[in-house]
Amino acid sequence: MSVVECEGRPLVAGAGAGTVLRLEEPLSFWGGVDPVTGRIIDRRHPRCGESVAGRVLVMPYGRGSSSSSSVLLEGVRLGTAPAAVVLRELDGILALGATVARELYEQSPPVLVLAPADWDALPEGAEAAVDVSGRLRIAG
Amino acid sequence: MAAATTPETVELSDRDRAMLAGDFGEATAVAMRILVTMAGVYGAERLLDIEGAHIDGCLYHGDSGVDFAELLVAGGARVCVPTTLNVGGLDLLHPEEFAGTAERRAKAVRLMECYEAMGCRTIWTCAPYQTTPRPSFGQQVAWAESNAIVFANSVLGARTHRYGDFIDICAAITGRAPAVGLHLEENRRGQIVFDLRSLPRALRSAAWLLPAIGYLVGERCGNRVPVLLGLEDADEDGLKALGAAAASSGAVALFHAVGITPEAPTLETALGGREAEEWVEVTVDDLHAGLRSLSTLPAVAASTPGAGGDVAIDVVALGSPHFSSREFAELLPLVERHPPSAGVEFVVCTNRLSLDFLKRQGILERLRDIGVRVVVDTCVVVAPILRTPAGGVLMTNSGKFAHYAPGNVGFDVVFGSLAECIRSAHHGRLWRDPALWP
Repeated sequence: MSVVECEGRPLVAGAGAGTVLRLEEPLSFWGGVDPVTGRIIDRRHPRCGESVAGRVLVMPYGRGSSSSSSVLLEGVRLGTAPAAVVLRELDGILALGATVARELYEQSPPVLVLAPADWDALPEGAEAAVDVSGRLRIAG
Repeated sequence: MAAATTPETVELSDRDRAMLAGDFGEATAVAMRILVTMAGVYGAERLLDIEGAHIDGCLYHGDSGVDFAELLVAGGARVCVPTTLNVGGLDLLHPEEFAGTAERRAKAVRLMECYEAMGCRTIWTCAPYQTTPRPSFGQQVAWAESNAIVFANSVLGARTHRYGDFIDICAAITGRAPAVGLHLEENRRGQIVFDLRSLPRALRSAAWLLPAIGYLVGERCGNRVPVLLGLEDADEDGLKALGAAAASSGAVALFHAVGITPEAPTLETALGGREAEEWVEVTVDDLHAGLRSLSTLPAVAASTPGAGGDVAIDVVALGSPHFSSREFAELLPLVERHPPSAGVEFVVCTNRLSLDFLKRQGILERLRDIGVRVVVDTCVVVAPILRTPAGGVLMTNSGKFAHYAPGNVGFDVVFGSLAECIRSAHHGRLWRDPALWP
């Protein structure tokens, strides 16, 4: 069993683990994720129908609506948020949803930015864990 | 990767520190704590003063938004700069139009009341830039709502970063925002050029195509600043439609249209004196692809643009962003000549300013008499407004409705010009204007 480890920049520090859901196309949470079920509902998105709940959500960056922070926050309240969000580029809107979740509910998924080469190497379906210092470990 | 700053390294003024310490009340302390954290996220070295804000957080998405607003209200929050409100979860003037549960309606109202209690102006519109006063050139503001952000930056030349729910109100309460992104001159130069000059002139000046151009720009440019070269003169309603589409398909918060928008008198100025990072020659095929991706109905999306066969239309929805008085003036003669068929739901979303115009001009009654519903304060993709059950076909001339209607309200979408929407509603079947589709 090989273990891959890399270190990123935690936008919102925290720990979280789960199965990698890797989106090559960016996703707007608002209009793109149903916070009640955690499912992707953007019909133009190639991964429409899959659930982000409890997953290590790997995507390049967010797009579209500035209400995505609300949808992530609501997901935290309802327990349908990803276990961690791993980005290739900084996304203020998702980090904001996570920051407000800390303020209101004292919990949120960590939001991490990886260097592009590390981000590119994260395999779909792997078991991944993010720790508070911004290290990501993959066992598989 | 950009050097990280942390909340600890953001340079704060004495007043910022006092706010953080709770000297201005508990709500101001919460707001400043979130701002400083976000300043760290963005890598900002300091905060800057803002002169206005536009708030997106007043739209009900779930109880968490109410929890947050109530936390601020309970902590004594008041905005300290002129602040306007985006759409809410229902039409407060016509609450009977709300088709959701009584519980959801009560929560949507509660949320709107919280923001009003903080001292925000209750204009309830996603097109605050078509009300007055509006930000002036170079003014620093903190705006949320993707289409409003792109309009404020691109068309008005005001300066806002791409803000979302929650940080908008934190900025309004404290009068501060992270000094980062599009607040700063050096980040406003264009990076990727979309060269439209090889398109026929008729296409470059067609207002109804601007959402398709915006949509393909948003898809191709990601979060870079696009420059449009060769766009024929577009009015504010056209630029609003273009920007809203680009901010739906991509993360566009600023575009430059050479010769049209204020920071782009020339291509060189738009690029800030540098070379373009990428140059995209836009072809007729690209435009057709943009049009196809605005429609989700398989029979339309897969066919030659302008064709699409015999398709039943259940709903026509206009007004995303909110319809302006000028757009109503364009709509009225067309829709009176071709009134909607009884089987088609025809809805136009707008704000109270336009509604007052419609009332004063006697237009509202005329629209109602022929079966056109006018909804204010909200819109059909953010609130349960439509009476037609999900699963049907919705036609629109809005790139933003076309993008969000399938996921948010469960309709397949057909995109078309204003005249095509009106004539299709009249026939109850998709009607194409052969003159528009070369």
